[in-house]
Amino acid sequence: MSKAAWIRLAILVGAVGGLEIACRSGLVPATMVIAPSQMAAATAGLLASGDLGADIRQTFTSVGIAIVLSITGGFTVGFWLHWFPRLRRAMDPFLAAYYAIPHFAFYPLLIVIFGLGALPLIVLATLFAMVAMIVATLAGLDRVPRVLLKTARMHRLSPFEEMWRIRLPAAAPYLFSGVKLAVSYSFIGVIAGEFILSTAGIGHEIAYAYDNFDNPRMYGLILFVLAVVTAFNMLVYAYERQLVRRRGAA
Amino acid sequence: MTEEPVPSLARRQEGERPVHARLEGITRVYPARASQPAVHALGPLSMELRSGEFFSVVGPSGCGKSTLLDVLSGLAVPTDGTVEFEGKLVRGAVPDGVGVVFQEDASFPWLTVEDNVAFGLRRSGVDAAEIRRRVDFAVGFMGLRDFRQAYPSQLSGGMRQRVCIARTLVLQPRLILLDEPFGALDQQTRLLMGDELLRLWRETSATVLLITHALDEANLLSDRIGVMSARPGCFIDIVETGWPHDRDSRLAERPDFGAVTSRLWSLLRTESMRAMGQGVRA
Amino acid sequence: MTLRSFRDPFLVVLSLVAMWQILHELAGNNALTAPAPTLTHLWEMISQPRFLPHLRETALAFAQALLIACLGGVGIGVLLGGHRLSGEVAEPILVGLYSIPKITLYPVILLLFGLGMPAKVAFGALHGIIPVILFTMNAVRNVNRTYLRAGRALRLSPSQTAWFVLIPATLPEIFSGLRVGFSLTLLGTMMGELFASQRGLGFLLMTAIDLHDVETILAIAILISLFAVVLNAVMLAVDRRLHRHTAQDSGGKA
Repeated sequence: MSKAAWIRLAILVGAVGGLEIACRSGLVPATMVIAPSQMAAATAGLLASGDLGADIRQTFTSVGIAIVLSITGGFTVGFWLHWFPRLRRAMDPFLAAYYAIPHFAFYPLLIVIFGLGALPLIVLATLFAMVAMIVATLAGLDRVPRVLLKTARMHRLSPFEEMWRIRLPAAAPYLFSGVKLAVSYSFIGVIAGEFILSTAGIGHEIAYAYDNFDNPRMYGLILFVLAVVTAFNMLVYAYERQLVRRRGAA
Repeated sequence: MTEEPVPSLARRQEGERPVHARLEGITRVYPARASQPAVHALGPLSMELRSGEFFSVVGPSGCGKSTLLDVLSGLAVPTDGTVEFEGKLVRGAVPDGVGVVFQEDASFPWLTVEDNVAFGLRRSGVDAAEIRRRVDFAVGFMGLRDFRQAYPSQLSGGMRQRVCIARTLVLQPRLILLDEPFGALDQQTRLLMGDELLRLWRETSATVLLITHALDEANLLSDRIGVMSARPGCFIDIVETGWPHDRDSRLAERPDFGAVTSRLWSLLRTESMRAMGQGVRA
Repeated sequence: MTLRSFRDPFLVVLSLVAMWQILHELAGNNALTAPAPTLTHLWEMISQPRFLPHLRETALAFAQALLIACLGGVGIGVLLGGHRLSGEVAEPILVGLYSIPKITLYPVILLLFGLGMPAKVAFGALHGIIPVILFTMNAVRNVNRTYLRAGRALRLSPSQTAWFVLIPATLPEIFSGLRVGFSLTLLGTMMGELFASQRGLGFLLMTAIDLHDVETILAIAILISLFAVVLNAVMLAVDRRLHRHTAQDSGGKA
């Protein structure tokens, strides 16, 4: 492990330890924050009891579907926008402003259209995550070095071959960063949606626990979500490091 | 300054070797855009490339050397004039038998050296045994044998350029175009790569057109050297070197070597100053 | 930016409105009220005197959150970017924070700050500060060493180097970070307002959601979206202008 990694570990341990001491000593009231050890115990208890099973399944299924749809959909839209520069130029300001739009406001409307259940949430999260993939796709296809395109013409590749064998591999690092964002935003979209306006799923459980002043349960759930999302993201990053190592810097 | 004939210039007879490629009245004008006026980048220019010769193009920066190569290879369409390769018109597509090595690194970072070199052959449906044979030869010829499984990011600039040359070599091109391929390399490496290029030329019996800004390099490597004017580029003169076919970098030891380089510079000096915007000095 | 460059986005807006109308026809008033009545309702809503306090509340929260996110973000980013080890230590933590659903931290914020303005500002700032830090850190870290050497060769003082070399060199990238931070701070502030107070556009939105007042939901969403899009378009233009002179990394379209 590198020096930076050790320092980071030390900081995290220190922060968690400091919080533990502050909570145990009463410096921080339990009505605000409970001690990390208690959080971990709560998480373990929740998982062991198994009554979170349905919620976990619901949330993660929604997230999974949103990830797949946003990546494929986002890539497709990005691809076509790249193909039609005029359409792309027209869409540019909207793509740039997309993440300031309050998506959750449209959630109730999605419920009416798609009914109750996971579907409106999946649609919401997919729409939320897709634009990140679109932007990354555009960036990647833009940045294919011109000399590689000239090489394609020298080898007399067909347009399909040029796209498949040159543009896409060249754009891969950017596409991958789009995938990373799409994964994050899918989680964010689903859980935020569940929090604000849902009757099931982990996000809803957190809001419910908050409303009922059930701090241990609430923190247990929060810790669980953060741990899972972070673990997932770390996997994705590790995979990316492997890819980058082979190719050298993008 | 009067032009004195260089003593050892041999007069090669016109038409001794067949014409391989021809440019006739080529111009290239980049049309006016939102904020820029039209740019007359090249021509009108005509030239003939004779089969199996090594032809270099030198000229001041911005004179259109790269544009010339783009037009000749079919990567760019001339605004006026015609391009012919092996008797057929070239227009907008690179004809079979033409290989191009670019100035920038064109190796594919996501493929190993071996896959890079084999790339073109795999796409054109050559059978696997033949691919293996040609790749083996090219990799050996370009000194890449120890690096077959390496990725370009692990190689130096010179090595990567050799990968690009090998990738072109396997296609067995009859005309090889090189656009300042050694531009990013240091002088010593350039000299060695020049020797390799000559070996390549002799081995393949291809016609070679090299664009370079290094006058010594052009002198050393070429049978003929086309000297271009400042933009819009046209040929001021075409210098014949008369060097023997089996030359290498030790050619520079010859006493008459310097005279050719001086000749090139005397032609280029005023053009270079013009390109730099300083005006012509007497 | 010519008038012509407005034409295509304008066409996109028209088609969006057209799609809106079509969806309304298909889904009914319960799901989506039509464009015309919604916009009229929005206009009426804005002109009512009791709307102003809500608008002011949100604007105040947003402004404060934005200030914290931008100043804090740039400040921290410069420090982390300038000190290599700190940057290396902090980056994965920041990237991790960027990727988690910050809504899960919302209850914690409410518990820490109580209901009201501070919670909203905190939540908004939390959303916006992270990208600003990341972009700034990146900009400072990647300053071309040659510029600094040129500065030393010209015998510039540290403050001259900072003012005449570092700031112009890092400005384009930092501005991109501010642009992203702007959007996210707006989003965070809005989300913070949903539960944290009895005033503000977010509160109005939540009330409308509870009452299933589709017209108002849409009206407020449109209002905020318009604000966001217009400001983003302006910032995008500035962003492009700042990046005009930076070298593009390799080629473009064929």
